[in-house]
Amino acid sequence: MNETLMLTVLTIITAATPLVYAAIGELVVERSGVLNLGVEGMMLAGAVCSFAVAHHTGSATLAILAGLLAGMLLASIFAFLTLSLQSSQVATGLALTIFGIGLSALLGQSLVGIAFAGLPSLHIPWLSDLPVVGRLLFSHDVLVYGSFAIVLLVSWFLNRSRAGLVLRAVGDSHDAAHALGIKVIRVRYLATLFGGGCAGLGGAYLSLVYTPMWAENMSAGRGWIALALVVFAVWQPGRLLLGAYLFGGISILQLHGQALGINVPSQLMSMLPYLTTILVLVLISRDRGRIRRNAPASIGQSFYPTS
Amino acid sequence: MIALQRRADPSRLMGYLAPLLALGITLLAGLMLFAILGVPVGAAFYAFFIEPVSSLYGWAELGVKAAPLIIIAVALSIGFRAQVWNIGAEGQLILGGITGAAVALMFHQNDGWYVLPLMVLAGIAGGMVWAAIPALLKTRFNVNEILTSLMLTYVAVLLLSWLVSGPMRDPDGFNFPESRMFHDAALLPRILEGTRLHAGAMVAVGVVLAGWILLTRTLLGFALRVNGAAPRAGAHAGFSQPKLIWTALMIGGGCAGLAGLFEVAGPSGQLLPSISPGYGFTAIIVAFLGRLHPIGVLFAGLIMALSYLGGESAQITLSLPLAVTGVFQGMLLFFLLATDVLINYRVVFK
Repeated sequence: MNETLMLTVLTIITAATPLVYAAIGELVVERSGVLNLGVEGMMLAGAVCSFAVAHHTGSATLAILAGLLAGMLLASIFAFLTLSLQSSQVATGLALTIFGIGLSALLGQSLVGIAFAGLPSLHIPWLSDLPVVGRLLFSHDVLVYGSFAIVLLVSWFLNRSRAGLVLRAVGDSHDAAHALGIKVIRVRYLATLFGGGCAGLGGAYLSLVYTPMWAENMSAGRGWIALALVVFAVWQPGRLLLGAYLFGGISILQLHGQALGINVPSQLMSMLPYLTTILVLVLISRDRGRIRRNAPASIGQSFYPTS
Repeated sequence: MIALQRRADPSRLMGYLAPLLALGITLLAGLMLFAILGVPVGAAFYAFFIEPVSSLYGWAELGVKAAPLIIIAVALSIGFRAQVWNIGAEGQLILGGITGAAVALMFHQNDGWYVLPLMVLAGIAGGMVWAAIPALLKTRFNVNEILTSLMLTYVAVLLLSWLVSGPMRDPDGFNFPESRMFHDAALLPRILEGTRLHAGAMVAVGVVLAGWILLTRTLLGFALRVNGAAPRAGAHAGFSQPKLIWTALMIGGGCAGLAGLFEVAGPSGQLLPSISPGYGFTAIIVAFLGRLHPIGVLFAGLIMALSYLGGESAQITLSLPLAVTGVFQGMLLFFLLATDVLINYRVVFK
């Protein structure tokens, strides 16, 4: 296999993985009827915390855990405000992003300019030694495998498990779910925390693997792209994986464009992921019926138990 | 056990008290944050809130920072009331700066009186064009305006970065990513000698009045409010939803573009790779803190401007990172949203 092609595929995987994490988390959150616009903030918190822990302890496991917890911590603020205090989900999500950007910059100011070795790739006996396939499929770090596992898990959970059915019921009609005796608020709390954890892991991947360092605002809009990916996926985990890899491919065009002799200023190439996001949103959203059939019916609405 | 009990009617009193309560809690939380960071609390408080406004120059700077926040936030509150979530004001601001600067550069050998008015028009138009994209996509293709307006902000940042390092770069500027300095006819008049306070501050007051009249005294304002509170009632009353979406976004884009032009033609006097320290995003907080009401926005804008100045002053005197400002702003919005619960709910102890 051609070396350039091999490298391209490997970079696409690293570019797509943070998007997979952030988007699959948000997908579960939205399926429970909650719209959390704070993904960008939670990703940054995850990125800075996992990098700080990696730098101070040198332990990759602890670093990943820190990213997960940081995301969940921010998500818990969002959950408390929107679910317990009935605040507007849109406004609270925006606040979470603004807060996350500021907090991560504050926490990370002493970490700027420090390099980190990156996550080791897992060596799987026999499989990793296979020619081509070994390097392509079996030479990644634990977070890449984890991203596939989590998509499979969420897919099974939503479509095959009883708990998933409960979550979808809450997302489609919280009043009906409440009447059935389901604890709507508790389900939404759990979903929101799961989404925060996933966004944190996506952030951890950015600062541990994608560019193993910390820089202010390093997620560069990926949290928002993840939100768009959920729409692209019409709330289906399988399609989400496809979308994330599509975006991964587009976002690395800027890296390889120059090598391929495309003479366009780098800033214009960097616009591609954002412009593609808009284009994709147009293509999906124009089919109003499809959105209405697939979007969780009570998304974005506060729930106040009346009895 | 503490529980929330829904009020029969929203409390007006709490509507006014909540922002003050939120400010108070933010202040306390901020002092705790300073304590955690190991900064002497008294000195931090002084640097953040007193020092910036202890001189006439400081007050003028407050006006310089508050003007763009107020101009944008008044426009955003009009949109938010209609449930049109334009959160890409930062991008529209940048576009306004770019188009305004383009006019200034086009006339750089010309010092006619018409240069500045043309720049103002170009700035407004630039912001409107950028806001027209989400408006068109929302009304034609049902695309969520939150995501599109935000994506366009990233595009605008990159566009600006390309322009100042390429087509609009100063030909005699030793390759620095900056445009030429504007000449005097392209600069906003200063309204206070020896400070940077420019005519934009007066325009901001004008925008507050215009916003207040629009929202409370016109049919359009009524339609916008009805559309936000009860979209279906609005539709039955014959208010066209697409028209209101367009209106809200055009007002938002136009005002953000104007604010961007003011930054370029006021404090900086040339096109730089960064036009604003996030005014477009902070204006969202200003709009909420001001209760989506133009008069409230006026006060909220001054308070948020102080948070910028305080951050800068704390950076200089206590070498605190500038990011403290962002943390403060985020916390303020959190506490505001939390205290807002008191408007519709009563806290009861069971």
